[in-house]
Amino acid sequence: GVHDSFSRLIAEQTQDERDPGYERDPGCERDPGYERDPGYERDPGHERDPGRNRGAILSQYYNRTLQLRMRRQSRPSLRDLPHSSRPSLRGYRVESDFSETDIRRQALVSNLQKLSVSDRVRMLRAMPLSMADKRQLRWAPLSSLLLSSPLGHQTPHIVVLCLISLSLSLSLSLSLWFSFLHSLQLWQLALKRVGGRFGTGVLSYFLFLKTLLFFNLFLFLVTGLFLVLPQAVHPPPAVHPFSGLELLTGGGYFSDSVLYYGYYSDTTLNRDCDNNGSAPSPGGWRGLDCARQGLSYSMPLAYFFTIGTAFFITCIILVFSMSRSFGQSFRVEQSPSLLAMKAFCSWDFKVVKTSSVALMSENIGTQLRELLADVTRNHANQTAGQRLWRLLVHGLAWTICSGSTVACALAVHYLAQHMHAVRHTHTHTDTDTHARARTKSSLNVSAASCGLDADDRLCCCVVCRNLMLKVSLLSVLCFHWLGREATSGLQCWESFVGQELYRFLLMDFIFTLLDTLLGEFLWRLFSEKVLKKSRRPVFDIARNVLELIYGQTLAWLGVLFTPLLPGVQIIKLLLLFYIKMSSVMLNCQAPRKPYRASKMTTVFITLLCFPSFLGASVCVTYTMWSIAPSRACGPFRGLSTMMQAGRLWVEQLRDANPHLTWLATAHSYLVENPLFLFVAAGVFMIIIYFNSQVVGGQRKVIALLQEQIKNEGEDKKFLIRQLQTTHAKKRDTPARRSQQVRHCDDAVTRRGKASFSLPDSDPRYSSTFCNRGNATGRFRLSIQSPAGIW
Amino acid sequence: MGNKQTIFTDEQLDAYQDCTFFTRKEILRLHGRYHELAPHLVPMDYTKEPDCKLPLALIVAMPELNENPFRNRIVESFSEDGLGNQSFNDFVDMFSVLSEMAPRELKAIFAFKIYDFNVDNFLCKEDLEQTLNRLTKEELTEEEVQLVCEKAIEEADLDGDHKLSFADFENMITRAPDFLSTFHIRI
Repeated sequence: GVHDSFSRLIAEQTQDERDPGYERDPGCERDPGYERDPGYERDPGHERDPGRNRGAILSQYYNRTLQLRMRRQSRPSLRDLPHSSRPSLRGYRVESDFSETDIRRQALVSNLQKLSVSDRVRMLRAMPLSMADKRQLRWAPLSSLLLSSPLGHQTPHIVVLCLISLSLSLSLSLSLWFSFLHSLQLWQLALKRVGGRFGTGVLSYFLFLKTLLFFNLFLFLVTGLFLVLPQAVHPPPAVHPFSGLELLTGGGYFSDSVLYYGYYSDTTLNRDCDNNGSAPSPGGWRGLDCARQGLSYSMPLAYFFTIGTAFFITCIILVFSMSRSFGQSFRVEQSPSLLAMKAFCSWDFKVVKTSSVALMSENIGTQLRELLADVTRNHANQTAGQRLWRLLVHGLAWTICSGSTVACALAVHYLAQHMHAVRHTHTHTDTDTHARARTKSSLNVSAASCGLDADDRLCCCVVCRNLMLKVSLLSVLCFHWLGREATSGLQCWESFVGQELYRFLLMDFIFTLLDTLLGEFLWRLFSEKVLKKSRRPVFDIARNVLELIYGQTLAWLGVLFTPLLPGVQIIKLLLLFYIKMSSVMLNCQAPRKPYRASKMTTVFITLLCFPSFLGASVCVTYTMWSIAPSRACGPFRGLSTMMQAGRLWVEQLRDANPHLTWLATAHSYLVENPLFLFVAAGVFMIIIYFNSQVVGGQRKVIALLQEQIKNEGEDKKFLIRQLQTTHAKKRDTPARRSQQVRHCDDAVTRRGKASFSLPDSDPRYSSTFCNRGNATGRFRLSIQSPAGIW
Repeated sequence: MGNKQTIFTDEQLDAYQDCTFFTRKEILRLHGRYHELAPHLVPMDYTKEPDCKLPLALIVAMPELNENPFRNRIVESFSEDGLGNQSFNDFVDMFSVLSEMAPRELKAIFAFKIYDFNVDNFLCKEDLEQTLNRLTKEELTEEEVQLVCEKAIEEADLDGDHKLSFADFENMITRAPDFLSTFHIRI
């Protein structure tokens, strides 16, 4: 740490002193800017001199590739890393052992060679070198790859080879899929325009919409390919004629179509069968003879496994994207350096329109003024009375919101009960309309009462309240459907639930349209024509994103009952994109307050994963696990639960092939038993806990290291000053020198005890430099680059 | 696959793909943008690696950079000679670092270079003053600018030398979660 650099410094200084041409730099004594190396500064082209910086960067990346290789083999413990881990100027002042740039380049090239392909590409891309240099580094590894084997000199075990190739292909395919998605560049021009005019905040809403579109596309492809297509090829005769009203009600012609669960057959679909061309064989599970002779497709099995796999894969993708965005936006929260951050991080480089740029400058200027006022003013000026008033207002808002939520939920509950009692003699649009209108009005009331100030905490409050309302509504509806309707003895309850969900989705879309029309278009007309103000409405990002999440929850809930619902959702999202885009461009203005884009994006993805997807998958799992499917329709008619389809298939396999008994027993223990699910959930939670502990530990280390840096900086200042005074005094009177040295010693040991990093009695520290008080002024501090903590 | 293009060899495109965050299609599109800045100067055939550099004035006239207050510094930081004359490699480099996928460290290194107006590897008070004036288009008074600079340096300076070294800057950037999303130009 400090001792190392100082002893080296002293050594250099004594060496320099012997050099006759050496002269003391007067600038050093005047100010504590000792770090400024005048020789370094005087050279005007040093920044543009490619050699010096390039060499430093090459040696820095040599160290990094070395560490990466070591890390790939085994994780070094924190204990092994040196104490003087000052996260200094990342190699800008690294004094390396290499004398020439070529040697450094060779070493780096050889290290790059030994890394895996993806690591090498990632390292290359992250290097702050110019393209020409990178291409030089890249060519050497490629040519030598052809000669040497990538795995080293030993012949590895076949299993290891298989695993490596499997993981390579998996990672390659995953990266290919993501690069394909990225290269689709859907709506790229429109997104660029929105970003250029409104900034990152509004852009994040449209990006979220695009993400949801891809999720639904995936679901639609899977269900379409495995469920809809096979069933559509074997259609039973249509019962109702088609009329335009079906699009709104979801009934009529649609009620006996591929749209709903009830349409799907419970048998194995066959083609080129002996009995009859395309007729399904009777008694589904027994008709194996016919199945063996032609293409057979067991619908119940397909339904069960398709829905299961679709949910599983969606879960994995969601968790993956959530962890990625969390990693990007999660930062250690220390005392925030607001002014510096505002100066360097607030300019949105995406904005290109002149008026938006002028607006952004104005906003930043205002925010800087406010921050300055905050920072310079006394903080303890909020009296108890003011604080009490704020608490009262917040409490009142929360009680109103919770009250309206409970009232809504109860209203929906009783309404549904009433409808259930009346036995659905008339259409349901009025039920849903009532429910929706009520929720919408209460939402708007709660939003208005929370105020339009997009303060960070307040924004979270608004989001929480909206979320609470929607979650309670959906849970009441789910309870009603799964608890009441399923056991009511209805003809085909799954199709009924599917129909309800379809209508809800449609109502949601219609209400969003109305919102856009009233909230944005009419408001702008009103404020321009009547109030004669040029202030346009601001796009409310949080509310719109929550609407999207709500729609997506409905879609996920409905996939089991309405396999084509993702398709409906896709159409809805496409229309919504264009409508919202045109509305934003015509009616809204850029937001005044800064929008914490990355933090809010993480929040939205988390909301999509946790209440939304988790709730939907819990409902679907519960339905599949313990609710009896209806007897008269659907692919699971006649079974006690939908899970039974899987069990029967496994038993069938066992009967057909006695060697597969283990599969049946494994199935009965793993899948049937809920204990497995609990164990899996427990393991998952342990992993989360472990990761959070690791992050907590890293936070503590960061805090300690920051304190160490601060202390070392102060030590450095103090010691340099002492050195300077000693030197000055030594020049004046040689006689007083010994006294000064003793003084220096005491002061230093006292200082040493106070700082964090210095040991209590380090003879090196106290004796060496004070004795060498004759060191003269030109201090060039060489700071060692750290070995990197993690 | 795709249409046969004659601007770059396949190896060149692979190299670009490995060294930047762009795909082949995006590299070709970037070449198109570079070419339309000066159709007479920029050759359509880059297989022989022609040595062609465009001056600063042409590059900052692009719509993506035109309104940016730091446009000159951005182009200068990504040029070999430090004066803003960019070859196609520099051009691609610049947009690659400013793209969505560049990691935080890389962006921090170049952000530091961009805000360092006097190119002395430190963000001193003068650099900050220039930054603020360009950000606010000289809306703040002289006094306010001085105060903001002092406070900002006070907040972010860790080792007490009254200016921001790269370590101080990077430490401050890591606490700003919005840095990645704001330091991004779409091309």
